[in-house]
Amino acid sequence: MEKILVGLKRVVDYNVRVQVKSDGSGVETDGVKMSINPFDEIALEEALRIKERGEASEVIVLSIGTADSQQQLRTGLAMGADRAILVQTDESADPLTAARIFKAIIERENVDLVILGKQAIDDDNSQTGQMLAAVWGRPQATFASAVSFDGNTARVTREVDIGLETIEIDLPAVITVDLRLNEPRYVKLPDIMKAKKKPLDQIPFADLGVEAAPRTKEIKFEPPESRQRGIMVEDVAGLVTALKDKGLV
Amino acid sequence: MSKVLVIAEHNGAALNPSTAKCVACAKQVEGAEIDVVVFAASASAVAAEAAQISGVGRVLTVEREENDPAIAALLAPQIAALASSYSHVFGPSTAFGKDVMPRVAALLGVNQISDIMSVEGPQRFKRPIYAGNAIVTVEAPADSVVVATVRTASYPAADGGNSATIENTNIDAELPTHTRFIEVQTGQSDRPDLQAAAKVVSGGRALGSEEKFALIYKLADKLGAAIGSSRAAVDAGYVPPETQVGQTGQIIAPDLYIAIGISGAIQHITGIKDAGTIVAINKDEEAPIFEVSDIGLVGDLFSIVPELTDALD
Repeated sequence: MEKILVGLKRVVDYNVRVQVKSDGSGVETDGVKMSINPFDEIALEEALRIKERGEASEVIVLSIGTADSQQQLRTGLAMGADRAILVQTDESADPLTAARIFKAIIERENVDLVILGKQAIDDDNSQTGQMLAAVWGRPQATFASAVSFDGNTARVTREVDIGLETIEIDLPAVITVDLRLNEPRYVKLPDIMKAKKKPLDQIPFADLGVEAAPRTKEIKFEPPESRQRGIMVEDVAGLVTALKDKGLV
Repeated sequence: MSKVLVIAEHNGAALNPSTAKCVACAKQVEGAEIDVVVFAASASAVAAEAAQISGVGRVLTVEREENDPAIAALLAPQIAALASSYSHVFGPSTAFGKDVMPRVAALLGVNQISDIMSVEGPQRFKRPIYAGNAIVTVEAPADSVVVATVRTASYPAADGGNSATIENTNIDAELPTHTRFIEVQTGQSDRPDLQAAAKVVSGGRALGSEEKFALIYKLADKLGAAIGSSRAAVDAGYVPPETQVGQTGQIIAPDLYIAIGISGAIQHITGIKDAGTIVAINKDEEAPIFEVSDIGLVGDLFSIVPELTDALD
C-alpha cells in the first residue's frame, strides 16, 4: 500500500490526576502536562513498522485542534512519520466531526489505511475510528492486538471480552489499536532535530468543506463519588471473619 | 413519548447479561416503551430469553445468515434502518457495543453518548471521563435520535418474569462483504465470566510470574470467582488480556472484588468502583488501593493467599 494516515490527539498526560474546576465548568487543564494520546502513539508505532517492513511507502500524521497540537505532531515526526497535517479548530472536535475531517483528508491524500487509537484518554469516547469507517463506507477493525497484511487484505486480531477475535478486512480500512499491539519507540535527540525540517501543513477547518456534526452539550462537570476507606484487618482470620459478617463467604 | 431500542448482545445461543442491564438503563428514560432487537441466524432461543426481561414491550428478531457471528459493519446498517421508529438506541459498553454503536451513530449523523451512568432526562445523561476522575452531564441535541452505550457496571440487570411478544422483522439493507469473520479464541476457562461474575479475584504485578498466578486461580476456584488482573500483570504476560480490569480493560461491578498485589492506579480503580465490597491484600500499607477498600490486609500475598484459600474450606 502507499499511504497510512495516523491520528494524533493532544490530551492531558496519562500521569496527571485530573481535577474538576470548582465551578463545575470543566476540568483544570491550565499548566497541566499535555502529551500524545497513548493509544495514538501505539497507532503510529504500528504504521512505522508497516512502512519499515516495506509494506507502505508513507506515514502521515494528522491532528485536529489549535496551534498547540503542533507539538504532538512534531513528536510524531520525530518518531518517524514523513509529514504532518494540522486541521486548525478553536475547540476540540467531537467524534463525528473528527471522523468527517479524517474522511476529507483521506480523499485529498488517497489514503489506503487509517490507524487510530481505540480511545482517547480524555473523553474516553471510543467513537472516532468506528465513525470514520461508517462515513467512509469501509471496514473497521477495532481494539487490534495483532495486524498483518496479504496483498489488499489485512488480518486483524481484536481484543474482545471473551478472548481474541480474528477478522479479515479489505483495504482501504480503519484499524483502531489496543494496548498490546506494540511498544512505541522512544524519540532520540537527532530525530527531534530532523523532525523540524519535515513538512507540517496547516489547514483551517473552514477550508475543508466539512459540516460540523450536531454537538453534544456539556452541562456540568463534577468529581466522582468517592468510596469510603473501610477497615483494616490484622490477619487472615480477621479477613475471613469480616467476609463472613458481610455474608460474602 | 420516548421509544428505546436495545440491541441484544448474545453468542448465538444465549443472551449476554449486558442486555438486561441496558434495559434497566432504558427504564430510567421516563415513560419509555422498550423494544429489544436480536440479530442472529436463528434468533428464537435468544429472543425467548430477552422476552423475559421486565420492562420489555416487544422483542424483534432479524434473522439472516450474515448475522452469525455479529460483525459491526454488517449490523450497523440494519440497526440504522430500524432506528427511524425510535427516539433512543442503546447498546452495552462492552467490546460488542463499543464496536458497533458508534458506527450506527455515524450512519444516523449523530455523535454517540458513551457509557451512560445515569439518565437525567430524555436527552440528558451522566457519563465518566478522564478514567472516571470526572463525571460530566451531557445533553444530546433535541430532535435527533439518541445513540448511546450503557455503562453496564452502573446498572443491575432488570428482573425477569416478563413475557414480551416476539416479532420477526425483515430489514431491507444491503450488507457489505468487505469484512469477514475468521475465528475467535477464548480462554477455554470453566470459570465464571468476568462481566457477569458475583465474585472476582484479581492479581497484579506483585505475583511476579505466570506460574505464581496459580495462587490466584486456586483462591478464585474456592470462591467460584472469575479471574481479573491489572494492566501491569497483563503487560508482563502473567495473564491473558481479556482479564484486564480498568479504564482500558473491563469495567465491572461484582458483589465481591479481591485485589491481590495490585497497588490501585486510578485507571484500575475506575474499573471496580461500583463493586459491592472491595478487599485489598498488599504488602505496601501506603498502596492507594487501601483508600477505596472496604477490607484491607497488609502483608505478604505469598503467605496470605494460600492461608486464605485453606481457611475457606
